[in-house]
Amino acid sequence: MQKSLHIDPNKCTGCLQCEMACSWENYRSFTTAKSRIKVFSFHEAGRFVPYTCTQCDEAWCMIACPVDAIRLDPATGAKIVLEPTCVGCKVCTIACPFGTINYVAQTGKVQKCDLCDGAPACAKACPTAAITYVDSDWTGLDKMRQWAGKTDTNQATA
Amino acid sequence: MAWTKNVLRVNLETGSCTTEPLNMTWAHDYLGQRGLATKYLVSEIDPKVEPLSPKNKLIFVTGPLTGTMAATGGRYSVVTKGPLTGAIACSNSGGYFGAELKFAGWDMVIFEGTSPKPVYLLITDGKAELVDASHLWGRTVWETEEAIKKQHQDPQIRVAAIGRAGENGVLYAAIVNDLHRAAGRSGVGAVMGSKNLKAVAVRGTRTDAYQVADPDAFFTAVDAGKKVLAGNGVTGQGLPTYGTQVLMNVINELGALPTRNHRDVQFEGAMAIGGEAMHEKRPTDGKANLVTNGACFGCTIACGRISRMDPGHFSVKDKPQYHGASGGVEYEAAWALGAANGVSDLEALTYANFLCNEDGFDPISFGATVGAAMELYDLGILTKEIVGFEIPFGSTEGMVKLAELTAKGEGFGREIGQGSKRLCAKYGKPELSMTVKGQEFPAYDGRGLQGMGLAYATSNRGACHLRGYMVSPEVLGIPVKMEPQATEGKPAMLKAFQDLTAVVDSSGLCLFTTFAWGLQDIQPQLQAACEGDWSEERLLLIGERIWNMEREFNLAAGLTGKDDNLPPRLLKEAAQTGPQKGAVSKLDVMLPEYYRVRGWTSEGVPTDETRVRLGG
Amino acid sequence: MRHLIIGSGPAGVVAAETLRKADPAAEITMLCGEAGPPYSRMAIPYLLRGDIPEAGTHLRKDADHYARLRIQLVQASAKAVDAVARKVDIGGRSLPYDRLLIATGSRPSREQIPGIDLPGVQACWTIADARALLAQARPGTRIVQMGAGFVGCIIMEGLLSRGVDLTILVRSGYMVRRMMDATASGLLRSWCEAKGVKILTHTQPTGLTSEGGVLQVALANGRVLPADIYLSAVGVDPNLDFLEGSGIALGQGILVDANLQSNVPGIYAAGDVAEATDCLTGKRQLNAIQPNAVEQGRIAALNMAGRPTRFKGSFVFNVLTTLGLVSSSFGEWQGVPGGESTEVLDPAHYRYLNLQFEGDRLVGANTVGFTDHVGALRGLIEGRMRLGVWKQRLMADPTQVMQAYLAAAHSLV
Repeated sequence: MQKSLHIDPNKCTGCLQCEMACSWENYRSFTTAKSRIKVFSFHEAGRFVPYTCTQCDEAWCMIACPVDAIRLDPATGAKIVLEPTCVGCKVCTIACPFGTINYVAQTGKVQKCDLCDGAPACAKACPTAAITYVDSDWTGLDKMRQWAGKTDTNQATA
Repeated sequence: MAWTKNVLRVNLETGSCTTEPLNMTWAHDYLGQRGLATKYLVSEIDPKVEPLSPKNKLIFVTGPLTGTMAATGGRYSVVTKGPLTGAIACSNSGGYFGAELKFAGWDMVIFEGTSPKPVYLLITDGKAELVDASHLWGRTVWETEEAIKKQHQDPQIRVAAIGRAGENGVLYAAIVNDLHRAAGRSGVGAVMGSKNLKAVAVRGTRTDAYQVADPDAFFTAVDAGKKVLAGNGVTGQGLPTYGTQVLMNVINELGALPTRNHRDVQFEGAMAIGGEAMHEKRPTDGKANLVTNGACFGCTIACGRISRMDPGHFSVKDKPQYHGASGGVEYEAAWALGAANGVSDLEALTYANFLCNEDGFDPISFGATVGAAMELYDLGILTKEIVGFEIPFGSTEGMVKLAELTAKGEGFGREIGQGSKRLCAKYGKPELSMTVKGQEFPAYDGRGLQGMGLAYATSNRGACHLRGYMVSPEVLGIPVKMEPQATEGKPAMLKAFQDLTAVVDSSGLCLFTTFAWGLQDIQPQLQAACEGDWSEERLLLIGERIWNMEREFNLAAGLTGKDDNLPPRLLKEAAQTGPQKGAVSKLDVMLPEYYRVRGWTSEGVPTDETRVRLGG
Repeated sequence: MRHLIIGSGPAGVVAAETLRKADPAAEITMLCGEAGPPYSRMAIPYLLRGDIPEAGTHLRKDADHYARLRIQLVQASAKAVDAVARKVDIGGRSLPYDRLLIATGSRPSREQIPGIDLPGVQACWTIADARALLAQARPGTRIVQMGAGFVGCIIMEGLLSRGVDLTILVRSGYMVRRMMDATASGLLRSWCEAKGVKILTHTQPTGLTSEGGVLQVALANGRVLPADIYLSAVGVDPNLDFLEGSGIALGQGILVDANLQSNVPGIYAAGDVAEATDCLTGKRQLNAIQPNAVEQGRIAALNMAGRPTRFKGSFVFNVLTTLGLVSSSFGEWQGVPGGESTEVLDPAHYRYLNLQFEGDRLVGANTVGFTDHVGALRGLIEGRMRLGVWKQRLMADPTQVMQAYLAAAHSLV
C-alpha cells in the first residue's frame, strides 16, 4: 500500500518543527525558509495550515519540465527533482497549480517534497500528529486534490 | 557553531549598520541571550545613564539554541537599562522573530544613539538597512507589521515593533513581535520609542549561519527532551489545554491571588476569568472565548492562547477589527487586568489584552497601575473630575477606557502610562504602589507565597515572577514541595532558581520547559549544540555570574540593598481570607539569609571573594 | 495504426510517449527538423551561460529512450501534407500516416530591413544558433540586439556572462510588453541597466551594412551603432508554411477543435502552432508556452489513440528570468473591463505584485522578484475560484495570495 502525507490543520499549533525538520533533512540546517512544507498562518481565524505537495497524479511539474529533471519514484509515488539535471528554468513553478514546487535562488534549482524516500521528516517531527504518513486510502487526500479533479482532462476518458 | 558569531551594530544617529565578530570569550562566560547581551550592555554604557536618553543602548539578542529544533528554541531577549526601574531590563519573548534573526545570521543587534527621524531596521540575511518609518509613526504594532510585510511583499518577514505606547513614552511599553508575543516588561518598548526606532523587520534564509556542534548527540538530547515535555502533566497537558491560565483557580484557592491592589488575596471573580472559563461557551453567542492553542517557534508545549471575542461585547461592538482571533489572555494578564482591579468580565480582559498587544504595552504593569488608581479613587484622592470618568474597583468600563487611552497618551491614560509608583507618589500615597524597584507585581501574593515575596524583592529587574519562579516548589512541588508559609531553605532554593533561570534565559529556550525539565535535561542539548565544555556545574556558575553581573550594574546605577524591599502592605497588612489568612511577608527573615547564600555583604553587595569566584 | 508526428519539441515528444502508453501496438514516427536528439529551447539560456553541456538541453536523458518506446525518429522537415492521400512529403520521399500530429513549433520572426542577410546577423532560437553565439561571443564583443521580448530577455544573462558589450533596441517603450505591464517592464529595464546593459527604447534599425567586417546598425534617428553581432529577437511565428494547399484550415495557427483536431479528420495540432480555445477569454488563440505544449501534446495523442479527450482550454502564463531577476505573467494581466486591480511595489528591492480581478475571481497577475508559490496563481485563475471575503483582503494586501488560495481552493480555512 502506498502511503501519503496526511495533514490535519486542526491539530497544528504553528510550531514549525516540520519546517525545521525538512530543512535539516535537505540542507543540514534549520532554515525554515528552505522548507518544502510550509505552515500558513491564518491569524484572524486562529488557524495554522501545513501545506506541501500531494504528489498528485497529474504531475503538472513533471510533465512540464523541459529537461526531464523531475521523475517518479515508483516506491513512494513521489515526484522527485533531480538537482543535477534541473536547469532552474522555473517552468514547473508556474505549471503546478498548487504552488508547491518552488525556486531556490541559492541553488539555482527548484525544490519540492520528495517524501524523504518514504520516511518524511516533517511527520516524524510533528509533536501533535497534525502531519502523519499513512496509507493513502486514509488520507482524505481527495479533498486536497479537488482542484486537480476539476480540471482533470482525463475525466472524459474514464 | 550554535552562535552565528556575528553582531550587528546599528548607530541610529548616523544611520550606519556595521558587522562585528561576536566576542566568543564572553559567549563562553555568559552563554548567549540574557547573559551575553547584558555583558555587552554593562561594558558599553554608563550605569547612571538616563534610560530614555540617546546614551542608553538597546540590544536584541538570541541564544545558542534559538532557531534550532530544541523544543521551545525560538526565544530572544531585549536588554537595556529600564525606564520603569532604572535597573537592568531584560525582557524575553517567543514567537518567530528570534529564530528569524538567527536564520539571517545574527546573534545580536545593538542599537546606539537616537535616530533623527522615525526609522525601522530591515534585515535581509547579511544585509541591514534603516528605512524611513515616518509613515508608520503613530500606527499600531499590528498596522506596522502588516505595512512592512506588504511594502516588501514578503509575508514571511518577521517583525518586532513598538506601538503608540512606545512612541508616547509609556514607561512599561513593550516590544511586540508576531502580533502577540512580547518582550513585555520593564519598558523596553519605551527605550525603543525614545530612539525613534519603530520596528525591526527580519527575513532570514541562510543555511550556513550557524550549526549544532554534534548533530547526532543533539537530536538524541532534543528528542529525549521532547518526550519529557510530552509526558509531563504540566507541559504535556495543563499548558496546552489551559495555558498559564491553568493557575487562576489554583492560586486563588491557595489564597495567593492579589486582588484590588493587594487589599485582598482571593478574588470572588476568579472562576469567571480563569482557564476553564475560556473554554466555556458564552451564553451570548454560544462560542467559547478560546479558539485554539498556538505555539511559538519550535515549541512542543503550545501554551499560547488564541481567543475570539464576543462580537456583541460592549467594548468591540462597532469595531470589527477586534472580531477576529488574536492573542488571548495569559494568566498574568488575566490577573492584572482582572483580579488586580476587581474586574471579572473575561471579554473585557480579552479586549484590553488585544489592546496591549496592538499598541505594545505590558498588561501586568498596566493592570496593576489601574488597580492602584482604583484604590486612589476609592480613597477619594482621585475623582471623576481628575480621571474623566468613574473608576471604582470592579469597573469594567473604567478599565477598558483606561486601556484605550494609555497607549495614545490621552487624558488620564498619560498618568496610567507612567506606572503605579509615579502615580501613587504624585497623589501622595507612595505606599499604595504595589511595586519593587518601580515595577509592578505579577499575579502571586508575597504574603501567600513567602518564596515569591523574596523573589520579587530581590529580582534584578523589579518585581517579577520570571526571575525565580518559587511558585514551582511552593505550589506545584517542583522540584520539591515547600510549604507556602515556610521560610527555611527558601533563600537557597530561590538562589538556585534564579541562577538556573539565568541559564535558561541565556540559552534560547523558554522558561516554561522547567516545569518538566531540570538542568539535566537542558545540559545535554546545550552540550551537543555548543562546542566546548558545558557541564551542569559550569552552567550554574554562568547563571550565578549573570545574576551577579546584573546586580553589580544595578548597584552602580545607584540602587542599594534598601531597594530589595516590598511595599508596606505586604509586610504589615495580613492576608484576610483563605488558607494564608493572617500571613504577612517574612522578608526580614529571609533576606539576610539570601544575601549570605549569595555571598553578598549584609548591605547586599557581592563580596570580593564572590567576585573573584565568579570571574567573567 | 500509423502515427506520424511532425516536430520533436515538447509537444511532439510528450505526444509520442502518450501514444505509446495508450496504444502499445501502434507504429509511431516523429520527424525531427534539427540534427541531434530532441532538445528544449527553454534550456538554451543555461547552455549559453555555461551551466550545462548540450546534453543538458535534451528533453529526455536516456540515450535509448525513444528506441525503448519504439518511437522512430526521422531527421527531416515536412515539405507538404497530402491530406487526401494521407502522406507527408519530407523531400525526396513521403511518409504515410493514419493519424497525423502537427507540432512544428515556432521560428524567429524575420525583420524586414535591408542587410538582414549579412554575415553577423543572428537569431538565438536553435541549438545551432547557440553554438554560433558561443563561438563568437567574447569579452568586448559588441552585440546589438533587436528586441526585448521573452527570448530577448532570457538570453541576456548568457551573453553578459561572456563579457559582451550589449545594447538592446526596443521598438516600443517597454521591454516584454506582451507579458508585463509598464511598471513591471520598468523594473526590468532599470535592473538591466544597473547591470550594464544599454537599452534604447522607441528605437528600431532602418538597415544594416557591413564595413570591414563590422556591422553598422543604422537607426531611424540617424545614429549608427557598430556591432560584431546583430542579434534579431523580434518575436516568433508558427511554422505553417508547409501546410499551404493542404486544406487544413489556418488562422494565426492551425484551427483546432476541443479534441485538438483540425478541420481535416485525423490531423491534429499541438503546441505553438495550435490555435485552441483560451479558457479565460473563450476565444481561439496561439499559446506558445511549455506547459501548454506538453498538455496539448498529451491530449492530442489520447485522441489520436482513439480515446476522446477534451482540451479544456489553456491560458497564457509564463516565467522569465532576466539577468537573475525573476518575473512572471498570468492570464489577463492587463485587466478586464469592469475588473479591479491591486498592487504592491518596492522598486528599491525590485519587487512587484499586481493582481487583476473580475468580480471575486482572479483573472491575471504580474510579478517581479516574487517566486514563492507562484503556481497557485495559475490554480486560482484556471480554476476560476471564487475568492469570497479573500477578494477584499487581497485588494488590501496582495501578498496574502497563498493564504487566499488555500482558503479558496482547499477550503482549509
